[in-house]
Amino acid sequence: MNKVTSTTAEAVASIPDGARVMIGGFGGSGAPIELIHALIDRFRATGRPGNLTVINNNAGNGDIGIAAMIKSGMVAKMVCSFPRSSNAEAFNEKYLAGEIELSLVPQGTLAERIRAAGAGIPAFYTPSSYGTELAEGKPTEEFDGKMYVRERWLKADVALIKGQKGDPMGNLTYRLAGRNFNPLMAMAADRTIAQVAELGAPGSIDPEQVITPGIFVDTLVEVPEPQQEEVLVRTGVVY
Amino acid sequence: MSDFNLMDDKLSNARIAWRAAQDIEDGSYVNLGIGFPELIAKFQPEGRDVTYHTENGVLGFGAAPEPGQEDWDLINAGKKAITLKPGASFFHHADSFSMVRGGHLDLAVLGAYQVAQNGDLANWRVGSKGVPAVGGAMDLVHGAKRVAVITDHVTKDGGPKLVEACTFPLTGVGCVTRVYTSLAVVDVQDGHFVLREKLPAISMEALQAVTGATLHTDGPVGDLIVPEDL
Repeated sequence: MNKVTSTTAEAVASIPDGARVMIGGFGGSGAPIELIHALIDRFRATGRPGNLTVINNNAGNGDIGIAAMIKSGMVAKMVCSFPRSSNAEAFNEKYLAGEIELSLVPQGTLAERIRAAGAGIPAFYTPSSYGTELAEGKPTEEFDGKMYVRERWLKADVALIKGQKGDPMGNLTYRLAGRNFNPLMAMAADRTIAQVAELGAPGSIDPEQVITPGIFVDTLVEVPEPQQEEVLVRTGVVY
Repeated sequence: MSDFNLMDDKLSNARIAWRAAQDIEDGSYVNLGIGFPELIAKFQPEGRDVTYHTENGVLGFGAAPEPGQEDWDLINAGKKAITLKPGASFFHHADSFSMVRGGHLDLAVLGAYQVAQNGDLANWRVGSKGVPAVGGAMDLVHGAKRVAVITDHVTKDGGPKLVEACTFPLTGVGCVTRVYTSLAVVDVQDGHFVLREKLPAISMEALQAVTGATLHTDGPVGDLIVPEDL
């Protein structure tokens, strides 16, 4: 089995217009910058894919990564828990101008909806958001004397994720707190594309250390010494 | 006492955080909300072994690294660089929020715009303008054994933040168990505020006058005494 492709451009070549795209990372930690930039390159060259729904905890920062996707005009909707950040002008401007849609989801609910999609669980009950405006219109139910809100799974057409080590089977490890949403999104998309800093032969990752088993990954591309979003933002890089 | 000046004599944020830190138990798992609550870790009493949790998947993190030593893949929920203590662990977001909602944390501390006497909390937005952002707040208020709030007792305009019913959008219903303010320590119990401690210099009447709901007592009210040099 060999899921490896040689370039980021090839890895994102077939993502269609209107796709629902999960992008791993929490802020800049674990964000697959090179895959995102390959997608922006394709949009700039061909006008596609546009009208995307992007699912991420945040809504981009600075002028790189998801913020650059938003600025380029290829994103119609964000699904996230915390679109505010120190340099979130790209999203803020479009949102306040009514040019981008927002679905705001509590962070734990976002994680569990993604996990549920990957696990084949269409809905679940959570105490989070009960009695708040984010629960309006959602079914509620009492369990053992406490009220809960029913939430639906959240699926995607594609997930772009960032691993540390990978092998041709698609097995992945993650670096530090860069794990965050990446393993969940890998399970929840029809097609998962992972960039990894170190690509090794099958067996190069101790099976006891595998975090995401290869069954959840469709395509891998090696990106040695990947860029780090926070570092790019702090150095004022514009993509 | 009539010479109490609300703006000059109230506790600073650091002193509120110090008071909240005194109640963190040895051996506990704690989540400190972004911003003001993060200050509490600085005042953790010596000799207590506390494990800090952050929503983005780290247990057992320590102070910020020295400037220039940051690794931006190693951050907390406030996107600040952190360090790891021996015995730290990483996990994905669903496990992280299982720790939150599943009742595994001993304490969560959050900031507030308003707290109601029934324990309702409003801390994520004050109206419908601007860009809304909720993060993990709506999850953190559920599941921890104690959900505490640290806040100024009044708003910048002097209006009450402890109220009969929240007027700002809610973060959670009936979730707060204790409030540490710039004037007092107040528990939420059976739909009431119960006063536990107050600054010795403020009278009961003056404290009640800046509180938007009745302060009940069910025993002696302690003196809220905090070191000056924080």
